[in-house]
Amino acid sequence: MHSYPAWRIWLVAIVVLMALVLALPNVFGEAPALQLSRDDRAAFNEQSQAGVTAVLSSKGIPVQAAHLEGDRLVLRFESVEQQIAAREAIQQGAPGEYLVALSQSSRMPGWMRAVGLKPMSLGLDLRGGVYFLYEVDVAGAVKQLLATMERDYRTLLRNERIPFAGIQAEGADAVRISLRSFEDVDRAVAALRKQDSTLTIDSSREGEGGTVTVRLSPEQVKQRQDFAIQQNITTLRNRVDELGVTEPIVARQGVDRITVQLPGVDDPNEALRVLGATATLEFRLVDDQNDALEAERTGRAPLGSRLYQRREGGPVLLKREIIASGEQLVDASSGFSEGQPAVFVKLDARGAAEMLDTTRENLGRPMAVVFIEKKRINEGDPCKGVRSGSECTEEEVISVATIRGVFSSNFQITGVMAGEARELALLLRAGSLAAPLYIVEQRTVGPSLGQDNVERGFQALMIGLLGMFIFLAIYYRRFGLIACVVLFMNMVLLTALMSLLQATLSLPGIAGIVLTVGMAADANVLIYERIREELRNGMSPHAAINAGFDKAFSAIADSNITTLIAGIVLFTFGTGPVRGFAVTLCLGILTSLFSAILGSRALIHLIWGRQRKLEALPI
Amino acid sequence: MEFFKKRTNFRFMPLRKRWYAISAALLLASVLLIAFRGLNLGIDFTGGVMLELSFPQEVDLDKVRGALASQGHEDATVQSFGTAREVLVRLLPKEGEDTAAVGQGVLEAVRSYDPAVQLRRTEVVGAQIGEELAEQGALAALFAFLLILAYVAVRFQWKLAIGSIVAALHDPILVLGFFAATQITFDLASLAAILAVVGYSLNDTVVVFDRIRERFVMTRKGSPIEIIDLAINDTLSRTLMTSVTTLIAVVSLLVFAGDTLAGFAIALFVGVLVGTYSSIFVASSIALDLKLTARDLMPVQREKDAIDDMP
Repeated sequence: MHSYPAWRIWLVAIVVLMALVLALPNVFGEAPALQLSRDDRAAFNEQSQAGVTAVLSSKGIPVQAAHLEGDRLVLRFESVEQQIAAREAIQQGAPGEYLVALSQSSRMPGWMRAVGLKPMSLGLDLRGGVYFLYEVDVAGAVKQLLATMERDYRTLLRNERIPFAGIQAEGADAVRISLRSFEDVDRAVAALRKQDSTLTIDSSREGEGGTVTVRLSPEQVKQRQDFAIQQNITTLRNRVDELGVTEPIVARQGVDRITVQLPGVDDPNEALRVLGATATLEFRLVDDQNDALEAERTGRAPLGSRLYQRREGGPVLLKREIIASGEQLVDASSGFSEGQPAVFVKLDARGAAEMLDTTRENLGRPMAVVFIEKKRINEGDPCKGVRSGSECTEEEVISVATIRGVFSSNFQITGVMAGEARELALLLRAGSLAAPLYIVEQRTVGPSLGQDNVERGFQALMIGLLGMFIFLAIYYRRFGLIACVVLFMNMVLLTALMSLLQATLSLPGIAGIVLTVGMAADANVLIYERIREELRNGMSPHAAINAGFDKAFSAIADSNITTLIAGIVLFTFGTGPVRGFAVTLCLGILTSLFSAILGSRALIHLIWGRQRKLEALPI
Repeated sequence: MEFFKKRTNFRFMPLRKRWYAISAALLLASVLLIAFRGLNLGIDFTGGVMLELSFPQEVDLDKVRGALASQGHEDATVQSFGTAREVLVRLLPKEGEDTAAVGQGVLEAVRSYDPAVQLRRTEVVGAQIGEELAEQGALAALFAFLLILAYVAVRFQWKLAIGSIVAALHDPILVLGFFAATQITFDLASLAAILAVVGYSLNDTVVVFDRIRERFVMTRKGSPIEIIDLAINDTLSRTLMTSVTTLIAVVSLLVFAGDTLAGFAIALFVGVLVGTYSSIFVASSIALDLKLTARDLMPVQREKDAIDDMP
């Protein structure tokens, strides 16, 4: 008989029990599903849910289960055919009301969802989808900024009546102004300083005149680059939302890259068309002299005005003259002004001058922001705006606000809700010209291959596990069976941990699991070999078990830590498949340490540890 | 069941010249193969366009080629893949060409040939991505080596650390050599497998070293050669056993997991074999030739004395 602290056995029991619960949702697998969100971006309620179900039951398409996920309604189906048929039925039965996306949904019972249990999330290679890696031309973004500065200084010097010989960008981070006299150099420097005291200005005198160089600080360059990337991410997010994809990912990667992952999308070209749309915006005065409803009814706008639709619905008449447009927008952010949510907008000099004149003359009158989007579409695709060839231009008014004061380059738009302010700032930024984007990598996994990958991956896992179980049971007899239980426990722990962390499982991830199972067996092997050795050296069974565990510990710890180091390095440096593999490898090492050291000892103690007379061990 | 009914007593260390010679020959062959024959790099590293297509019925490859050529993609490789309905199209990147646009064009061309074609998988990889991946891989390997070197040096001893790193360098080179010899496509998953092999090989080596440390501390008599041989024999059945369990898993991946993981599984299969060899034959030999002695592995007492000596 040997002693083993009871608390450790309890610890193992509790952890395994919790892991079983957490891992349970993965047993049910996934079924084809549709994810619906309402086109007006409102949340689903029972009424709209009933509407959808009515459409489907009228077509005789059975819905296996339905539940709400945030603002969206998820419908689960028996087969892919039913899923596709249901999509058509909804799009025909209630056109334009919902955004419908193909997705997968777990077959787990509703109560599991209700208590917040989740299965592991599957990567694109297992569920199918499109992956894009974009590169942002950050150098181009800085060049754009320099061009804006150039324009601004031209206007500034003209306004200050300082004659100049030339203004041009110099190198990658400076603008150089050539002047004809010393006096002009001094005046130019003063004027620039007055406009912005934070500028880094160098001046030099040559012959009769000289040059003034405004240089961007490294921080300014970085800021501009970050801004360009952020702007592009926002733009892409807005586009992705239009695709109505389930759980899309748009994220920055490294210095100048953006990854876009669209699960469930099976046509990369279709996705590219939507993502590649360009957008801009315009500031216009509202025509408040005429009735917009009247214009909408007759279909005729008064002279000098145009009829627009508001984003939230309803017509509005705007003046034909544009005050400023997206190319002149330098920055937009959201915040608070005198306790009110507000959007802060910054325009370049040309836009600012126009804005100054307009606001001075139109105090107290409303001004509108128009969001214009151009995208490439297929023949037969709907276009809410004007279509010319394969290009569709959609325009909508995103904000109407009253001009409360005279302003020029920096101004704020108030009278919006807190949430709206943020969205509007995002839209303004997204709408303005962003740095050019290039696709550097694009991968698509069709749904059929995804399904194959899941099936084959799990088949490989199961067969590998079975082979190992048989081998271990033959080699170590009853102790081998313990090892099998421990390996199974390890699988449960790993599944639970992956589900808990919502780590993404990919095909290389499955390979990682298979490999860790192979290596998890190693910890057991180390222990058992040690026990055999101690038995051979004439130790009593109880003492051999204790010695086996104790002496094997340092080897298990050291060997697993070295592998863990390799795994962490892979995770840190790797992307895509390498990372998916590293995640399961690292997590698998942690769970196998737990199950082999604590789990198997608890089991062995429970079975053999309490027998007073133990003559031999079945090992 | 046991691999060895009795305690084994193989003499590994006295024959280490022979192991060095075998390893040196294999390393040389690998390096020459990699240098002159080269690796058959996958699209992950070369960049380009790859489409795996599934047609509703059997297809005539020449017609697919024709459809692609009519859109200006004459240099596309078109081959059947698995069944006669499945086709693999591959294009290498060209200087100054937008790979993404080529990818779009190829897809359109195939669609115009047969609108019912199903996309199994498409990959469009810009040429610079491949270079970066190779760079990243090399950097990752370098970092892993340095960190593990530091860990083994701290936990064990620098002579053993050198031995483990030599073994860990030895294995991926041989696996790469195998890929160069067989011209099996080397892709990103294979790279991950190679790094996993480094982890596996070190795992194996560290277990042997753990035993060497224990033996040196316990057994006061006997030369380093004898003690290291004892330690290797102690762990021999474990080393083989773990290789077998891991190989069962890897073979299962190789046979059942499909083509996507083929490169991964093959690299791992070869790697496990080589890693097992190197941890038995190479790592300890190096430490021995660096004059590893019992003193190197004695628990450090001096620090404690130093503290006692302090006033």
